[in-house]
Amino acid sequence: MNPTTSFVIISLLKIVGIVFLVILPMVSYAVYAERKVSALIQDRLGPNRVGPAGLFQPIADAMKFLLKEDFTPAHVNKFYYWLAPCLAMVPAITTIAVVPFGSTLFGVPMVIADINVGVLFVFAIASLGVYGIVIAGWASNSKYPFLGGVRSGSQMISYELSLGLAVVPIFLLIGNLRLTEVVRYQIDHGWMVFPFAGDWKNPAGWLLAVPMWISFAVFAIAVFAETNRLPFDLPEAETELVGGYHTEYSSMKFALFFLGEYAAMITGSAIIVTLFLGGWHFPGVPDGSHGWIFGLINIFVFFAKIAALLFIFIWVRFTLPRFRYDQLMRLGWVFFFEIALVNIFLAAAIITFFDR
Amino acid sequence: MPSFLFWLFAIVMLVFGALVVINRNPIASALSLVVCFLGLSALFMALDAFFIGIIQVLVYAGAVMVLFLFIIMLLDLRAEERRKMNWFAFVGGFLVALSLLVQILAVIGSTRMAKQTFPPLASPHADDVRNVGLVLFGNYNLPFQVIAVLILVATIGVIVLSKRQLR
Repeated sequence: MNPTTSFVIISLLKIVGIVFLVILPMVSYAVYAERKVSALIQDRLGPNRVGPAGLFQPIADAMKFLLKEDFTPAHVNKFYYWLAPCLAMVPAITTIAVVPFGSTLFGVPMVIADINVGVLFVFAIASLGVYGIVIAGWASNSKYPFLGGVRSGSQMISYELSLGLAVVPIFLLIGNLRLTEVVRYQIDHGWMVFPFAGDWKNPAGWLLAVPMWISFAVFAIAVFAETNRLPFDLPEAETELVGGYHTEYSSMKFALFFLGEYAAMITGSAIIVTLFLGGWHFPGVPDGSHGWIFGLINIFVFFAKIAALLFIFIWVRFTLPRFRYDQLMRLGWVFFFEIALVNIFLAAAIITFFDR
Repeated sequence: MPSFLFWLFAIVMLVFGALVVINRNPIASALSLVVCFLGLSALFMALDAFFIGIIQVLVYAGAVMVLFLFIIMLLDLRAEERRKMNWFAFVGGFLVALSLLVQILAVIGSTRMAKQTFPPLASPHADDVRNVGLVLFGNYNLPFQVIAVLILVATIGVIVLSKRQLR
């Protein structure tokens, strides 16, 4: 087999394996987890009818979404009304292409595309995600979706700034935008926010953890805003806008918006894990070159970290109330933007002082 | 790069570039422009210029066009859709564009650069982000800083002007 053919086949295997066998089931079970955890927090039972402990609920939900009548209201702009749900789902899944989800398995690096502009690719694709919501709001030809679309547009643009600025300290430190290099650095020097995993005796590593924690907080909160999760779910605030941008959608088209939000949460968590929490690295576990079993453990560690972050996403949603829209904008522009800017100077000063 | 990819993205760019002008609906025009930018970025990436390609998507498709859409959505679209086609303007615009194309082709055809074939890149996997950064902050540091100040002044100017209108 020539190198091009084997490259194409291995890439296809990775794409199919990671997207269809891991991410999409994870999306549907994130919905189940959301319902179970919210039930736990609110002292209810949650779904418990289909299968043991309601474990087959996502399958029942999927059947319901598929079999429901697919209703297109008469007043909508048909083409864009159909286009919008696809645009909401695709960027969320595309982002995973550059994220290293494991070390190596049988000598094959566990990343779909290891390009040298890794994190910029993530931001570029994530910035396209806003089109799905804006177009849904506009094509619905109705006032509440329109308000939701407009809100979402300005919210996502505002928080993209904090998102982009928050990661600058990391790349000041590493000097490379490649995400595999970010993971490699964290294996050698300790995770960005927990330097104990590497050379924990080094004081510079602990001092650098201060700007990294600030970056981590700003980045994580911006991801909440980018994925329209509570406390920043103003584009679909049901008390103000009925259902926001997806008011006019039903059955599978609604499901695409709904699942797109969870896919965005998973890829957002994957980016957070890769940048701040050591990626697939766990202290004491060697990488995949020591045997395929370690390669599998690395992949498992990566997705376990994502699952832990998803739990925090759900926890926050059922703990905090929603912000008012002007508070949300003020928070983004006046608070996080400035903090991220000052944080860059702080990180640069520490890096220069210790000559890392 | 495989040449069929070049033709694919070149055709995508041209078709959607034409759709920007042909579409009567401003939203459809704006979205066609987004697809056109995506095709352009794919062409850059096929030339191993990943950084430029990604910045094309990040800045133009991701930020500038979202603001465009934002403004267009707040305007009255019906007036634009109802407007009759002005044949005089159509023919005039066509002639101007055609003469521009002829001029560009003539200029390009007369230079020496058009006839030479360039050698392939020394290393197709050069770290273009680092190279762009080194050039920007090394050789062209002062112009870069001046442009930054200029943009800051423009930003403040826009805020001052729009606030005055509110009062």
